[in-house]
Amino acid sequence: MEEVRLMKGNEALAEAAIRCGCDGYFGYPITPQSEVMETLMLLKPWETTGMVVMQAESEVASINMVYAGAGCGKKVMTSTSSPGFSLMQEGVSYIAGADIPALVVNVMRGGPGLGTIQPSQADYFQTVKGGGHGDYRQITLAPASVQEMADFVSLGFDLAFKYNILSVILADGLIGQMMEKVVLPPYQARRTNEEIRKECPWASLGRTADRKRNVITSLELEPGPMEARNLALQEKYRTIEANEVRFENVGCDDADYLLMAFGSSARICQKAIEIAAEQGIKLGLLRPITLWPFCTEEIQRQLSHIKGILSVEFNAGQMVEDIRLAVEGKVPVAHFGRMGGIVPTPEEVVEAVKSNFNL
Amino acid sequence: MTAQDIIKPENLVYSKPSLLNDNTMHYCPGCSHGVVHKLIAEVIEEMGIMDKTVGVSPVGCAVFAYNYIDIDWQEAAHGRAPAIATAIKRLLPENLVFTYQGDGDLAAIGTAETIHAVNRGDNLAMIFINNAIYGMTGGQMAPTTLEGMKTATCPYGRDPQLNGYHLPITNLVAQLEGARYVTRQSVHTAAAVRKAKAAIRKAFENALCPEKKGASFVEIVSTCNSGWKLSPEKANQWMVENMFKAYPIGDLKNI
Repeated sequence: MEEVRLMKGNEALAEAAIRCGCDGYFGYPITPQSEVMETLMLLKPWETTGMVVMQAESEVASINMVYAGAGCGKKVMTSTSSPGFSLMQEGVSYIAGADIPALVVNVMRGGPGLGTIQPSQADYFQTVKGGGHGDYRQITLAPASVQEMADFVSLGFDLAFKYNILSVILADGLIGQMMEKVVLPPYQARRTNEEIRKECPWASLGRTADRKRNVITSLELEPGPMEARNLALQEKYRTIEANEVRFENVGCDDADYLLMAFGSSARICQKAIEIAAEQGIKLGLLRPITLWPFCTEEIQRQLSHIKGILSVEFNAGQMVEDIRLAVEGKVPVAHFGRMGGIVPTPEEVVEAVKSNFNL
Repeated sequence: MTAQDIIKPENLVYSKPSLLNDNTMHYCPGCSHGVVHKLIAEVIEEMGIMDKTVGVSPVGCAVFAYNYIDIDWQEAAHGRAPAIATAIKRLLPENLVFTYQGDGDLAAIGTAETIHAVNRGDNLAMIFINNAIYGMTGGQMAPTTLEGMKTATCPYGRDPQLNGYHLPITNLVAQLEGARYVTRQSVHTAAAVRKAKAAIRKAFENALCPEKKGASFVEIVSTCNSGWKLSPEKANQWMVENMFKAYPIGDLKNI
């Protein structure tokens, strides 16, 4: 029977991690996501599924612990919020360079600097464009409900292991903190070391006599082989772009104008669509679920009939740049956003549509 | 007796461990790293634990340790090896997980990871090569550089007014509840090599203990004759006369 509960996004994510067979969580407290580790510590999964839960000395340490677990072929994750994600960029880049699968959750708060503990979506660039050094990408999932906070744990791990890549759940403080009904996923067994040895023959579990040593590394000093490694990464990224784009289309196909939004701002846009309809304005919502890979083709498909796109984000205008790249100047593209932890109202969104498109 | 007689198998008294492969080492002649690598390979082979050993290599001269010892490895970012080893140990509790780090890695950029990894008391084995200089980047000042010692970034000698003091991190580590075995060794004589090997063996045996008893930390006071701009022989002499005063050889803790 399905298990339905009323939970915070952060709590649902922690529950889902235990249930999906996660082997280890390594974290460091930071608002507004501390409930993730608090929930895990309270549930003591090491006594049930055998999942390891550890409080590290810093986000620098926790992301390197994730690197370590990923290098062992284990399903490992961490969660943090924006300033912590900045600290993690070293490990994030090494995970990309070493071609290993892992999951990071960033429950965004406002910046720059210490900023605010209120919700924000200002880490879009950092995540989608790569906040660490080198040419790399990470699959970025943007949940818009507590249910998706739970569901994307398993999806994030599946994609990470399918491509040996880092998956990032890019949530915002609202999704982490708000309570909603959630259907919890069923329990899935953790893999044994023998299963990992078969599924991840590259993993560093201890060298058996029948194979050479496995080395988890991103280092290659020879320019030729290093370029080859980079080219292989880029080829992987093109495959992901071809196969893993996810989005939600809410009434776009008969809309005059599109709202584009991810996470909490998409929820506000749903209400804005209803208000606009009462005023005779036909809006649709195109909600990217994967921020990378981005729904460029779907945007281009909509250009046949729409007159403009408004990107609604809790930031100064970040995703709007990718929308403009997709649109190539064919229709007007505008941005509406609030910063500092201010969440815009649906009415403000409708006003922004009207003022930007002279309605 | 001819050369052919001498090389007969029955006359063999010593050979390099098979886990130490034939890749040409990048270390300078006279460097201590090669000897310590050999000891690690010997101990793993003698204990028969290749299939449950994971090494964590550092950033610094030993960055390519994984090219020489035929076991599974993870290459850590600069200073992060103890955090990485901790996670591997938690996820693979029956494995021997050891770190291999130099002084800049362990005692400067990775000080937090070092202290906290030891303090959590996991059964880790940590090998610390202290040659008081950054070798790989060209001989800059390390946290363990002695007062008055010249390096590329303290060309007039380490001045405590400018650079503070040499950091005896092993003494700090020994103070922690999570440390079980803390020792300081060297590899500059045959006798010292034998003692260093015994220390590494003890650390590895401790790290395989079924109960959580604490971290084992082996500092090897080492030479960097290239960085010190001395011949290998003079570097050994300089180490005995200067380094051993700041970093006395012997056990600091043994529970």
